[in-house]
Amino acid sequence: MLEVDGLTVCYGPIEALREISFGVTQGTVVSLVGPNGAGKTTALNAISGLLPATQGRIIFQGRDITRMSSHQRVAAGIVQVPEGRLVLAGMSVHENLELGGYCRPRKEIATGIAQMESRFPILAERRHMLAGTLSGGEQQMLAIARGLMARPKLLLLDEPSLGLAPLMVQLIFEIISELQSGGQTILLVEQNARQAMAVSSHAYVMESGRIVLHGEARQLMADPVLIDSYLGGPSERSKDKQ
Amino acid sequence: MEHLVQFYAIYGSLINFIGLNALLALSLNVTLAAGMLSLGNAAFAALGAYTAGILTVHYHLPFIPAIAAGAILPGLAAVVLGLPVLRLKGVFLAMATLAFGEVVRIAAVNLEITGGAEGLTGIPNVTNVWMIYLALALAAYFVAVLRRSQLGWGLLSIREDETAAACLGIPIFRYKLLAFVIGAMLAGLAGALYAHLNYLITPRDYGFFIAVDLLIYNIVGGTRAWYGPVMGAALLTALPEILRGIGVAAGPIRMGVNGLILLLVILFLPNGLASLINRPRAVTATPEASGQRA
Repeated sequence: MLEVDGLTVCYGPIEALREISFGVTQGTVVSLVGPNGAGKTTALNAISGLLPATQGRIIFQGRDITRMSSHQRVAAGIVQVPEGRLVLAGMSVHENLELGGYCRPRKEIATGIAQMESRFPILAERRHMLAGTLSGGEQQMLAIARGLMARPKLLLLDEPSLGLAPLMVQLIFEIISELQSGGQTILLVEQNARQAMAVSSHAYVMESGRIVLHGEARQLMADPVLIDSYLGGPSERSKDKQ
Repeated sequence: MEHLVQFYAIYGSLINFIGLNALLALSLNVTLAAGMLSLGNAAFAALGAYTAGILTVHYHLPFIPAIAAGAILPGLAAVVLGLPVLRLKGVFLAMATLAFGEVVRIAAVNLEITGGAEGLTGIPNVTNVWMIYLALALAAYFVAVLRRSQLGWGLLSIREDETAAACLGIPIFRYKLLAFVIGAMLAGLAGALYAHLNYLITPRDYGFFIAVDLLIYNIVGGTRAWYGPVMGAALLTALPEILRGIGVAAGPIRMGVNGLILLLVILFLPNGLASLINRPRAVTATPEASGQRA
């Protein structure tokens, strides 16, 4: 569904991504994992069009979208849930959801919101509250629901577990698996590599702007040497966190 | 009727200026709706005033086409200026638009067709109080409709967070440019009406302080609805007269009083005077929020 081929992205003279290539198959969850500054978010931003690609091609459903603007990509079906959630803090939960359906016809928005509110009942409870007053986990749910309002073919999730309480982290990953079983294609960027891989079919490990490892998530997970040398943190610690 | 005529004879020019300033404040409100801090709207008003004035004085164009040109030319200028400048944000955008204001002022001082430093004189006095308020009413209606439109919601989310707005599929740059152009056209309209009210337009009429005043009207009145800037403009324009009425000589302390009002509004009415009329957000959000705290 998505093919990234030799993608290079530069911030001024600095190469943040160096000729990375990877793909996402329809109906699967694929994760990009790796340490801070590896270029995961840069890769996601280049796919959603927030950042221009310096080199390389991005193919989505057979179309070359490398030069498309970000709003055209949303219309084409690529929707990003940005890092740090970025809910529209001064607007109500309901308005956030409405705006999520910005590129959809108006009459579909109400049914879309009803679907989201039944899937995330907390959002129905908080309907009229300002998004900025929600807790971190609720904001993340709102951000995901807002992304889903656009009926994405490919959902890009950027660090959905960042800064959340452990219980919330678990809930967010449950939501991701549920979405996957519902047929949603997801490209997931996470620092929480172990949990990301647990919900993914494929994973790409990034470091300093390159992909250094990739394969089936299950196989990568079974290889503790690789995990420890590239992602740090022995397995006990991440177990403790849960 | 007699009273009304007398009242207008005394306060006519104040009433006209409230209308014109409200129109100018509304023009900036459109730009601010997208979170763009522009100090260029006074310059767009100058551009509109000179365009319309030159057309009637030198080219003897009828009033209506001259006014229309006074709105359209600033709109075109806003496209040319906006293409490079709207990539800037916050204070940087303010600086760039401020520089544009200086360019317009210096051009007006040095060009022959604008009458140089003495200004353009002999403009026919055609503008009437009803024209100003008709223009203001139409502009206010337009802004009210705009805010509830697809474009308006897009602008609002751009103001909240540009990255988030991009993720929602909002064509950010196009919308920002559109808001900038609409603002420039409304400002130009106000300038064109002013030129035909005042017989005269000089390079000082729309300088830096006016640009800042427009911002203050919006902050004092509130930026969230069309009536905010109108209220802010009305209050601050009428203020010297009100002060004189209660026995305070307005001139030198006017800036001080303006500053004091601005301070009080920012401290006690962060959403401006408009929040005195209508506080939908506060009302709907409070019961649940306080319920949570309890």
